[in-house]
Amino acid sequence: MKYYTYFPGCSSSHGGAKAYDQSARAVARVLDVELIELDDWNCCGSTPYTSIDELASLCCSARNLALAEKRGFDIATPCSACYVILNRTNSTLREYPELKAKVDEALAAGGLEYHGTVKARHLLDVLVNDVGYDEIASKVVSSLAGLKVAPYYGCQIVRPGPGFDHPEYPQSLDRLVESLGAEAVPFPLKARCCGGSLIISEENLALGLIHKLLENASSNGAQCIVTVCPLCQTNLDAYQSRVNQKFKTKFNIPILFFTQLMGLAFGIDGKTLGLEKCIIPAEKILAGHLRK
Amino acid sequence: METKITGVNTLAREVAALPGGEGIDLCIQCGTCSASCPNASRMEHAPRELIALARAGMYDEILSSNSMWFCLSCYLCTARCPRGIKITDMMHALECVAARRRLSNARTRTPAMYRSFSDFVYSIGSVPEVGFMTRFYLLSNPLRALKLMPVALSLLKHGRLSVRARRLKPEAERQRRAILDKAEELEGKL
Repeated sequence: MKYYTYFPGCSSSHGGAKAYDQSARAVARVLDVELIELDDWNCCGSTPYTSIDELASLCCSARNLALAEKRGFDIATPCSACYVILNRTNSTLREYPELKAKVDEALAAGGLEYHGTVKARHLLDVLVNDVGYDEIASKVVSSLAGLKVAPYYGCQIVRPGPGFDHPEYPQSLDRLVESLGAEAVPFPLKARCCGGSLIISEENLALGLIHKLLENASSNGAQCIVTVCPLCQTNLDAYQSRVNQKFKTKFNIPILFFTQLMGLAFGIDGKTLGLEKCIIPAEKILAGHLRK
Repeated sequence: METKITGVNTLAREVAALPGGEGIDLCIQCGTCSASCPNASRMEHAPRELIALARAGMYDEILSSNSMWFCLSCYLCTARCPRGIKITDMMHALECVAARRRLSNARTRTPAMYRSFSDFVYSIGSVPEVGFMTRFYLLSNPLRALKLMPVALSLLKHGRLSVRARRLKPEAERQRRAILDKAEELEGKL
């Protein structure tokens, strides 16, 4: 059994990406990975808070790290934004002693201290590097042979780096998809941006970026795209119809969390994996792989 | 002249005090950042230009522009910079200074969106998506929300719009507040 402090993040725990949390927990059980949720964690602050109030956002994020430090395990988070922010907090506290002194003082007001020892890791990293591809492949009961998948990394899981994979040409998700028996199609834009939260404030701009991604995946023959981030999933799935409207296209590509794809290969039923929460229905392309 | 230099230095210190802000001295103006940025064409000043302006002390020009608010935090510029400048962090630093000065930029709705998000992080420690979006559209342009009704309805239909916010236990909430209150107090000292 491997133990981690689990940090689901707002989207996966209470927001639009509950299927990510559900499928992550289901897959972890199969792989003997114990995800112990951090008690009373708070929002990591994500990009918006970092861009409005540096010190306060650092303190919010440091509170989570300080709570996790008491446990002693690495943090595993399925969210790329939480991942980048927790890591950025660690490196900022290391590199800026003046700022660290203030953060320490603020934490002390809440009876906490943080010594910088917690590693924040993305769930993908944990599964492919700690559990390993062979172990994952050994749990496959329903091979995804014949399924063409575009592995989409997005930005914050690989950048700024150095992290567990290449910042521009990552391979870990490709290899994971292949170890499930599916085919990872070439996807040159796999580490490019989906527009992030600017889908809300600058929709046209983000729709342009999403359009490029969908076009790139579909022209390479992908039947579905797998993502490692709640926001990427929402942008590509929920806004696909807006892309079609704006660009007069007819994309109909299901967008799955990588943990949902793993769960399917492990024979976990669609309901447990939250497949019904996909806005572009995935059932058709998954026919033959789905357990009722 | 003297006043201007003092003013510039104050601002320069303010930016440099934030992580990422100090990198501007290292820049060789190669333009790799601007060439890598998915949004450079939408910015009034692309990243390389922003650094040139900062070094020329033209902070008003920078802080009143839309540039940093168009940063997607995709970190491509940071990953590629041959001088190791944390350009994305610099963008965040500029945003923080602009936000602190309450500089609103009519040419982008991103500051209002970030503020709506941050208000929830600050006040309850989590971001309920419905509340956040509602707050943002009320603050910016309620009519735009109508256009997004189909997206909202499809999310609702698939059980992906929850109104209920996640709340911390009272004791944990008190701790979080104490930390944030202290941070606010310390920030005032900057």
